[in-house]
Amino acid sequence: MQKELIRLENVVKNFGSTEILKGINLYINDSEFLTILGPSGCGKTTTLRIIGGFETPTSGRVWFDGRNITQVPPHKRQVNTVFQKYALFMHMNVYENVAFGLKLKKTPREEVDRRVHAMLDLVNLNGYGSRDAASLSGGEQQRVAIARALINRPKVLLLDEPLGALDLKLRKEMQLELKNMQKQLGITFIYVTHDQEEALTMSDTVVVMNHGVIQQIGTPIDIYNEPKNAFVADFIGQSNIISGTMLRDLEVEFEDRQFPCVDSGFGERTPVDVVVRPEDVQLVEPARGQLTGVVESVLFKGVHYEMVVDTGSFKWLVQSTVAAPAGSETGLFIAPDAIHIMKKGGVV
Amino acid sequence: MKNRIRRGKTGKEEYALQVEGIGSRRFAPMLALPFSVYMLIFIAAPLVLIVLYSVCVDPPGDMSFTLSHFKRFFDFENPVYLQVLWRSFYIAVISTAICLLIGYPMAYILSRMRPTVRNILSVLFILPMWMNFLLRTYAWMSLLENTGLINTFLTAIGLPTMNIMYTQWAVVLGNVYNFLPFMILPIYNVLVKIDPAVVEAAQDLGANGRRVFTKIILPLSVPGVISGISMTFMPAITTFVISKLLGGGQYTLIGDLIEKQYKVTGDWGFGSVMSVIIMVLILLCMNLMPSSSRDHAGGGLL
Amino acid sequence: MRKHPLLRGLSCFYSVIIFAFLYAPIVVLIVFSFNTLKSRGKWGGFTLDWYRSLFENDTIMSALSNTLTIALLSSTIAILVGTLAAIGIFFMGKRLRRLHMNIAYLPVLNADIVTGISLLLAFSVLGIRLGYVSLLLAHITFNIPYVILSVMPKLQQLEWHTYEAALDLGAPPVKAFCKAVLPEIMPGIVTGFLLAFTLSIDDFVISYFTAGPGVSTLSVTIYTMARKGIKPEINALSAILFVVVLALLLIINFRNNAAQQRKENQPTFLRKEEK
Repeated sequence: MQKELIRLENVVKNFGSTEILKGINLYINDSEFLTILGPSGCGKTTTLRIIGGFETPTSGRVWFDGRNITQVPPHKRQVNTVFQKYALFMHMNVYENVAFGLKLKKTPREEVDRRVHAMLDLVNLNGYGSRDAASLSGGEQQRVAIARALINRPKVLLLDEPLGALDLKLRKEMQLELKNMQKQLGITFIYVTHDQEEALTMSDTVVVMNHGVIQQIGTPIDIYNEPKNAFVADFIGQSNIISGTMLRDLEVEFEDRQFPCVDSGFGERTPVDVVVRPEDVQLVEPARGQLTGVVESVLFKGVHYEMVVDTGSFKWLVQSTVAAPAGSETGLFIAPDAIHIMKKGGVV
Repeated sequence: MKNRIRRGKTGKEEYALQVEGIGSRRFAPMLALPFSVYMLIFIAAPLVLIVLYSVCVDPPGDMSFTLSHFKRFFDFENPVYLQVLWRSFYIAVISTAICLLIGYPMAYILSRMRPTVRNILSVLFILPMWMNFLLRTYAWMSLLENTGLINTFLTAIGLPTMNIMYTQWAVVLGNVYNFLPFMILPIYNVLVKIDPAVVEAAQDLGANGRRVFTKIILPLSVPGVISGISMTFMPAITTFVISKLLGGGQYTLIGDLIEKQYKVTGDWGFGSVMSVIIMVLILLCMNLMPSSSRDHAGGGLL
Repeated sequence: MRKHPLLRGLSCFYSVIIFAFLYAPIVVLIVFSFNTLKSRGKWGGFTLDWYRSLFENDTIMSALSNTLTIALLSSTIAILVGTLAAIGIFFMGKRLRRLHMNIAYLPVLNADIVTGISLLLAFSVLGIRLGYVSLLLAHITFNIPYVILSVMPKLQQLEWHTYEAALDLGAPPVKAFCKAVLPEIMPGIVTGFLLAFTLSIDDFVISYFTAGPGVSTLSVTIYTMARKGIKPEINALSAILFVVVLALLLIINFRNNAAQQRKENQPTFLRKEEK
């Protein structure tokens, strides 16, 4: 069983009259890679900043290793942060930036020297020590920011959209490196991003947030395969979300047709949201389809084709390795286990 | 500075968060406390005092209310003081107009020079301002006197002498001389910042040199012109040094009158009335000006 | 744009005329500081006497020392109070901030003569005797706003996350401020100091109303003299001041250029590609 390291208890944060966090409850285990995922303005950065100590919650408590740290200022926390735009000290060189934390602790010169070089090694910036921080490229600044945060040997590293400013290729590389670094160091990473792909590739646990409320917590596989509500389904990957009625257990009605499904316990004749992933919609001959529609557009996406099929009352997004020509009529088939039923309104 | 990372897309909302997050928001404003106290005592209260004194019989002795000082100033049967105000006004207008006429072309020429050259030249425009302006004005006395250097020179080459010392033209010249850099620099600062691509776009669309100037450069330089005008006009209308030295005290301006009330006759009530009038004039001018040009005032001197 | 040679010539000519106009009085002052005659119009021969007697003239030397110490003190106090004020105002709510900024703008926008007499009135009400202290207080008053106006833009450009980063790495707030924020706003503070110092040295009008008997600044002394006839020692002093200022400007420019050069001479692989 893993050890719990951080716990947020009913954390509420207001800025003026706006409620940014509406009661967050979350625990974070030792040495896990946890990602807080959500659209901008959902409160994910604020959550991170509360853990870092840069914000004080309006109400609620923050526990760290069994100690209440709600009112502990940032410079006294065993947590370090990699900021969104790195926040390097531009008037210092790389060495001085990385050594900053150690020098504050009055660490002996030789040890500072040794550890800074070890850190620069870790982030592949050997020999960059005397460069001006301002002269580095975005990717290099990013590495310095990581080295600077890690040198204090924090128990937890907070990363606030650290890859947001990098180009796609560099971002993919850094994702792998960060994941390896986390395994190698064996410390907790709390990672904030709005990029769902990033969250799914790197994390042990994903926390999906929206409007200051946690929507779902789970492993990447859980979150993708079993989204708890329409918001999560829509935010993680693409989805067809359509209103329907749960007739009885194992049977749902939408688009004026009954479909067998695998969900139960919603009661009878209950309005629900029906979620179907686009790769789960199968193209069949019109006669064999549960639904029929006209192919409105076809886009080639590399591995698959992405089509929009209009049934007259709903436009279905369909992903398939075979394409139906635009304008043609086609049938759609949805297997029972591909239909996800969710309560209306996205309330958890 | 150029290399610093930009704040980028950080929106207003997020910036508010970021500032809030310093965690010391409640504490930080207290840092301004010494200033708040200081400005209350030495900026705000003194101005209130002027207004107060302007409606008192004989401040700071007799503090009973009266409008007699205002009536004395706005005496339409014997408008000596209104004449002084009018004279100050038109000398300031003429001085400002001449500054603009001379200064705009200079600013324009300067802005079209190579960057290294224009940087050096713009420093050379500031340099005279580092020398005491009384001394510079005083030096003009040596130049302008009837037997001064200019007339000596004119006589030497066989031209008639000119006697402008102790006339209002000497005052205008003193104003132009002292305030010309305040006209040139703001206009220059605006002109150099005009994106060459805008000019090229206009040329590309078929505008000739004259039209590029009248349709593009002139309108874009308006903020600089406005702050130039305000930085020239305001000191010109309130000066009393230049009129004393170069005008020989014969052309009393509003500044001279105020100075006299405080330094010679001791009529603080009447002096305060004229100060209030000056403040009102300045307020009116500020309100007539687009607010953006405020930012140029005072800037660009270093 | 290409320039017609005639237009070019005309531009040059015009610039020369303007510079001649600006520098003529200064040249006259400097030349006449070497004149044996006391007259300000006639040349009698070369001498350095005025420079010698300058240093023996108590009125001028005490005015000079007043001017320099007041400039130094007032601008130092102004950068302390002004920088703290700028930071405080930066974190204020909208309404309080606007109030403070508007009042800070008052001495900048107001006519010097009004500022001068308003201070004169304040000193008389507060019972502060006109003299060195009143002069110093007056100079601080008109210097602080310029410091605030030079520091404020730097605060607005600041990447505040660097302050948080310093906290995050274990620096207590004041230390984090000194390590992360101060170096970044330093250029603004330096500009504010230089601006305040120059304005203070150059000020006449406000000093004229707030100086008391026996204590005066260079400007006030010159004004009193100018009406009776300026002593050539003043010419000598202004020549010295001009040369000092010129030298300072040249040094600053030279240092800036040198810094620029060093950067440009770095090997290309060390240079950051301009974005």
